[in-house]
Amino acid sequence: MSWIDVGSIDQIPVRGARILKTAVGCVALFRTSEAEVFATSDRCPHKGGPLSDGIVHGKSVTCPLHNWVFSLETGEAQGADEGQIATYPVRVENGRIIIDGTQLAKRTAA
Amino acid sequence: MVKDMGLKLVVIGAGMASGRALEQLFETAPDAYDVTLFNAEPRGNYNRLMLSPVLSGEKTYEEIVTHDDAWYEENNVTCRFGEKVLKIDRARKVVVGENGEVPYDKLVLGMGSNPFMIPLPGHDLEGVIAYRDLEDTNRMIDLGAKPGAKAVVIGGGLLGLEAAAGLKMRGVDVTVVHIMGHLMERQLDEAAGYLLRKALVDRGITVMCSANSKEIVGEDGHVKALKLDDGTELPCDLLVMAVGIRPSIALGQDAGLAVGRGIHVDDQMVTSDADILALGECVEHDGAVFGLVAPLYDQAKVIAKTLAGEEAKFVNKEVSTKLKVTGCDLFSAGDFADGDDREDIVFRDPSRGVYKRLVLKDNVVIGAVMYGDTADGNWFYNLIKDGEDVSEMRETLIFGPAFQGGAAADPLAAVAALPADAEICGCNGVCKGQIVSAIEGGATTLDDVRAQTKASGSCGTCTGLVEQVLAVTLGDDFVLPTSKSVCGCTDLTHEDVRRLIKSQELKSQPAVWQELGWNTPNGCHVCRPAINFYLLADWPLEYKDDPQSRFVNERNHANIQKDGTFSVVPRMWGGITTPDELRAIADAADKYNVPTVKVTGGQRIDLLGVKKEDLPSMWYDLNQAGMVSGHAYSKGLRTVKTCVGTDHCRFGTQDSTGLGIKLEKMLWGSWTPHKVKLAVSGCPRNCAEATCKDVGIICVDSGYEVSVAGAAGMDVKETELLAKVATEEEAIELTAAFIQIYRENAKYLDRGYKWVAKVGLDWVKEQVVDDLEQRKALFERFELSQSIYRNDPWAEHVSEKADSYQPLANLTLEAAE
Ligand code: SRM
Ligand SMILES: Cc1cc2nc3c(=O)[nH]c(=O)nc-3n(C[C@H](O)[C@H](O)[C@H](O)COP(=O)(O)OP(=O)(O)OC[C@H]3O[C@@H](n4cnc5c(N)ncnc54)[C@H](O)[C@@H]3O)c2cc1C
Ligand code: SF4
Ligand code: FES
Repeated sequence: MSWIDVGSIDQIPVRGARILKTAVGCVALFRTSEAEVFATSDRCPHKGGPLSDGIVHGKSVTCPLHNWVFSLETGEAQGADEGQIATYPVRVENGRIIIDGTQLAKRTAA
Repeated sequence: MVKDMGLKLVVIGAGMASGRALEQLFETAPDAYDVTLFNAEPRGNYNRLMLSPVLSGEKTYEEIVTHDDAWYEENNVTCRFGEKVLKIDRARKVVVGENGEVPYDKLVLGMGSNPFMIPLPGHDLEGVIAYRDLEDTNRMIDLGAKPGAKAVVIGGGLLGLEAAAGLKMRGVDVTVVHIMGHLMERQLDEAAGYLLRKALVDRGITVMCSANSKEIVGEDGHVKALKLDDGTELPCDLLVMAVGIRPSIALGQDAGLAVGRGIHVDDQMVTSDADILALGECVEHDGAVFGLVAPLYDQAKVIAKTLAGEEAKFVNKEVSTKLKVTGCDLFSAGDFADGDDREDIVFRDPSRGVYKRLVLKDNVVIGAVMYGDTADGNWFYNLIKDGEDVSEMRETLIFGPAFQGGAAADPLAAVAALPADAEICGCNGVCKGQIVSAIEGGATTLDDVRAQTKASGSCGTCTGLVEQVLAVTLGDDFVLPTSKSVCGCTDLTHEDVRRLIKSQELKSQPAVWQELGWNTPNGCHVCRPAINFYLLADWPLEYKDDPQSRFVNERNHANIQKDGTFSVVPRMWGGITTPDELRAIADAADKYNVPTVKVTGGQRIDLLGVKKEDLPSMWYDLNQAGMVSGHAYSKGLRTVKTCVGTDHCRFGTQDSTGLGIKLEKMLWGSWTPHKVKLAVSGCPRNCAEATCKDVGIICVDSGYEVSVAGAAGMDVKETELLAKVATEEEAIELTAAFIQIYRENAKYLDRGYKWVAKVGLDWVKEQVVDDLEQRKALFERFELSQSIYRNDPWAEHVSEKADSYQPLANLTLEAAE
């Protein structure tokens, strides 16, 4: 693993999101509470909605286009909808957001 | 199975318990016995619990009969109703009734209990009754027919309160006299008792606690008043004593059976005489006597098996209590006395009158009392019964099952999560699994489920739960008849929430979640935008708008497109623009490669297909040219369309363009429950289409016709006249007042016309047309709110948030290294 510091947690509002441009496409970083961040693919499997523009609640996000809800922990669509978004290892250390770069580099992307 | 036919079974008492026992017996061993059924009451089995709804007028006696003549005939039951059994002769194995003897091989005692009458002086006066049977009930109903009738109920327990509530509903002036410090002290603690008392007082019942009865005063042999030991005299035409019951043991005792407080029975419901069985309130089992129906039904099952020669064993389980008074929602189960070894978890919501208390001992729930919101009652009841270790969910336990394990998706989650063996109907001991199998076997309505499982067939307080099981199992095929809650995070409706935010002065989202008992940690995409709006509309100065609770368009101040790009619509006040503005728009379109430029239906220009990263700089450019956000994305003011009016038009009567611009400058930036659109036409030819707007103004020679509640979207609706005013100032003030009253009262996402249809245009007129002070106050509150919100969000985002529109980091470069 190669951990990369991508920024300060304060750059994301609580219950908000920002994106990262990566070799595997846009990755959304969601801040669900004071010190908790999740990283997933930014692309909704339904019709490509930008998940980082959705409403964050609990540990879930609602897609801004047609309201599919995804668990940020498992990446699974909730409720009646079926779908899965990729999730990426990320952690917060001393207020910095650290993400695992190996998974985000093109050559390891499946 | 008992093989030899024609054994004689005699049953004494056609009550709740024996009725159920006979049903079970005929199911298990239809031909085993010839049955003779005695009943002192001049009728067969009926649902005694339901006497309270009969008293209150919510049901008739016919509706609560459980076994009719046909049933007795079909099952060959010889009925001796209206005949009391006087004696049991065990040596000769006969029972002696008022009209003669009947021999038995097996005898079942189901005499129930006798109401206890306090032997106060005067207790034998005419008009002093108990509350036990149909006769008592009818006495109370008859009293309701007498104008100005008064009644006193001694006893503030379950029965006394149901009697009092029923009498009150019959129009009788009722006083409850209770000796203890709070009502229903056996089931409720002080706090819940207090809430219950408040609810009863609210409906006009007088409640006196810590009140000691001394004497019943009579006149001509009839009750006239109750005298308390402090000298108070409470006049009454009827006095109901509901102070407790005593098991009917006399027959058994005389016959020499073993008795204590009740007639002793073993686990098989057999008395000290092997041929005599007993059940119901007349028995004592393992030191316990009974007063609620649930365990009696278990006894009925056991006694039927014993009579059929099968193995069975009665186990006495915890019971839970509810009060059958419509509107008083209480629940109590288990043991909730204070103690050193016990821990309390308390949740209170004074605004909703909700009180919940759990008593824990060694990490197990042993008691639960709830008032006001009993939706989770059965879940707690099951925790008590199962003795489950709750240490894992200790922190959130009080919030009920929906909260456990984080986010709950919908209001049915709690019921959906219940295991199959969770008891739904306490009276009949029906578990969720049985209801689900009935539904899977074809039951689609409440009545079907009732017929097949008996669930909700007795006291009926579990009806809501049964309906929820129907809804969970049938999905969309079952429509829940309850009022619609905001979303799965709460059972409250929008209306409730709005009211509570004001009355409880809730000024933050966490306050709403906490005080109103949200079952999710921080709401969901449905409730958050609504709550955010309610808070900012009610507390413009104290509450700070939360962008994270807004839909993407309102958070990014642009409309998201299906490909994730955005559209940008600058404001064009009243549809008026200038060559400079048009040039700036054209420049922006060029600079940011805007694929589509379109004139909207709202008299302005839309730049469609802008990338999110470009938004702040494009806004900056437009701001430089003097343009601000057109809020084409908001639940807020959209456009004010105008026609050319007196400036150019030969028919124009007033300056419609000028008024439109003034209105837009006053209203822009305000948030509303749904979008708000206006138009001002210079004459009744109405070129600005003012008659299909939320507010439409038609100028006429003598002034301005202000009309409201129009729309031309999914519904096309013509506006209705609010008022005609003489001056422009009045038209402006009236418009603002109307929009403010809509902001303060409407449910989120109700367009103006929908809200007006709910409250009625007349009500709106009273507030903003007739009541000039109110109009002014509304106008002032609107202006106060606008002192915060009349701002260009684009400019604000350009200066403060531009970064947030860019990626946090670009790792494509890093990966390439
Ligand atoms: C841009 C525009 C169409 C156009 O090119 O002309 C438009 C575009 C949209 N309208 Fe509209 N409406 C536009 C004028 C209208 C009008 C005409 C008018 O305002 O005179 C109406 C009928 C009048 C009315 O509202 O009563 C109209 C009735 C609706 C409705 C139905 C509202 C209703 O209460 O039934 C919706 C759906 C909604 O709001 O829930 C809607 C929703 C939308 C949304 C926001 C749909 C969405 O959620 O994405 C569209 C955004 C497109 C975009 O990406 O920009 N739009 N929409 C017009 C913008 C006007 C403006 O300058 O702000
Ligand atoms: C108004 C009211 C509301 C209630 N609400 C609830 C409630 O919501 N929930 C709950 O669980 N419980 C409730 N109860 C209590 C419940 O009704 C009793 O627990 C239940 O009826 C007891 O059943 P039982 O068969 O033992 O006795 P009963 O139902 O009282 O039946 C006994 C029968 O035996 C007859 N009998 C007695 N002696 C003789 C004799 N010598 N010869 C012939 N017949 C005789 C009596 O006339 C009576 O009809 C309520 C009771 C009342 C009065
Ligand atoms: S009419 Fe329908 S498709 Fe056209 S802009 Fe309005 S919402 Fe979109
Ligand atoms: S694109 Fe996400 S829900 Fe449709």
